[in-house]
Amino acid sequence: MRISTLGYTMKQGFKNIIRNKWFSLASIATIAACLFLFGLFYAVLANFQHIVKTAEEGVSVTVFFDEGLDDARKQEIGELIGKRVEVREYNFISAEEAWEGFKADYFGDYPEYAEGYTENPLANSESYEIYLNDVSMQNALVTYLESLEGIRTVNKSEMTANMLTGVNSMIAYVSIGIIGILLAVSVFLISNTVTIGISVRKEEINIMKYIGATDFFVRSPFVIEGIMIGIIGSLLPLGIIYIIYEKVVIYMGERFSILTGLLNFLPVGEIFSVLTPVALGIGIGIGFFGSFVTVRKHLRV
Amino acid sequence: MAKEAKRIKKGTTEPKEVIVLKDVSKSYSTGAPALNGVSLKVNRGEFVFIVGDSGSGKSTLIKLLLRELLPTEGEIYVNGCDVVHLKRRHIPMFRRNMGVVFQDFRLLKDRNVYDNVAFAQRIIQVPTKEIRRNVPSMLSVVGLAGKYKAKPKQLSGGEQQRVALARALVNNPPILLADEPTGNLDPKNSWEIMKLLEEINKNGTTVLVVTHNREIVNAMQKRVITMKKGIIVSDEEKGGYIDED
Repeated sequence: MRISTLGYTMKQGFKNIIRNKWFSLASIATIAACLFLFGLFYAVLANFQHIVKTAEEGVSVTVFFDEGLDDARKQEIGELIGKRVEVREYNFISAEEAWEGFKADYFGDYPEYAEGYTENPLANSESYEIYLNDVSMQNALVTYLESLEGIRTVNKSEMTANMLTGVNSMIAYVSIGIIGILLAVSVFLISNTVTIGISVRKEEINIMKYIGATDFFVRSPFVIEGIMIGIIGSLLPLGIIYIIYEKVVIYMGERFSILTGLLNFLPVGEIFSVLTPVALGIGIGIGFFGSFVTVRKHLRV
Repeated sequence: MAKEAKRIKKGTTEPKEVIVLKDVSKSYSTGAPALNGVSLKVNRGEFVFIVGDSGSGKSTLIKLLLRELLPTEGEIYVNGCDVVHLKRRHIPMFRRNMGVVFQDFRLLKDRNVYDNVAFAQRIIQVPTKEIRRNVPSMLSVVGLAGKYKAKPKQLSGGEQQRVALARALVNNPPILLADEPTGNLDPKNSWEIMKLLEEINKNGTTVLVVTHNREIVNAMQKRVITMKKGIIVSDEEKGGYIDED
């Protein structure tokens, strides 16, 4: 293809957007609306998952030893724990560390209260603090730990783990449901928009074919137009979501400062590092295939 | 395959007969055959009228020559090219050997006169520099040099048909097919278009005109092929319009 022909094709693609401005606007609006919903949903979902993940990371299982258990066995238990797939991280908490932690938690403002204790009251409270890869694995790990010799008690947070596992599966189902609905709505809206655009294009394509234009020559400007519409249609909602997201994060931070520890939002950069390529990919994909398929139907003249 | 494409492009065989139909029939799924065993030869540089009532098979004939349709039976050669066995990917190249004008002009409505004519040159990848030279010159031939910026809807029917003619001829095709070119025009404009076609023919282009226009056919004294119900009922040199009655 000559450079001048390539330039002409590109130019025609851009001009088509202006020539068929109502069709272009309708297509851009359709893609933008679908991607706006998608983006908004993704931002909410990603944050929800992030909050659940943060909560999950705090869930731990604590293992206490039988009284008088020797250090070698304690170390052996530690090694056995370390080998388990459920375990993300485990720390040995000595009696001194346990007492220091207790003092900090309960006598923080009145350290003099602790001075009455001459001996460490938590002398038998050496433990392993175990953090899990996935809270749904907690029960399996607890059963295993309880079967080990030398272990007195295994403390676990049954309710938190069950709740988080429930929330996780709920998010998964809701995600599949909403993504399915969004896809169906997008396909319906886009096919309608494309159908409206066909009547104008049919005549134009026929004329081009009668004059002797190749399929590639006829199709190229339409495909360029489709891709441009896809890019605009995805950049618009990305911009809007960016502004909304920042404002909502700031608002939530100020309004519900009490929940700061719980409502730990993802930074806007992290959301958009995924959302931007995905939205652009979907937008360009819809634009490309929409125009490609529409024109293809009319190329057999 | 490349050879075939090249031959289509250049029309290297340059046969005396530019259009040949041998026992061509075309049937649609419903109704009587649109063409029934039609045989026909058109020589290079001829001017031929094809006349006949609606349903006589004229439009089907044009569609077959453009390879928009394939015949049910028979052979078709245009400029030496076997149209029936033409591969789909070679159709664009084949069509570049023919200029076509239609009753409804079929101009790109959102482009001006210049762009409509230049479009035909863009398709065959003529460099922009040459397009800038060829299009104004072709517009001068059809008498529209001063209206190159106008959009089709700003032109009269006659002017729109001239633009269509300019577009059909700008690539210097050896054959021009005109399907009812005066169908939407008043008598004065019809005559002007016919004079233009005659002029184009004198310069060596083979012209095939499908028409209903009795006055013009009778006055111009060209070869006239009359069709009725899918068959050729008469083929006369310097003929006239045969009345149905």
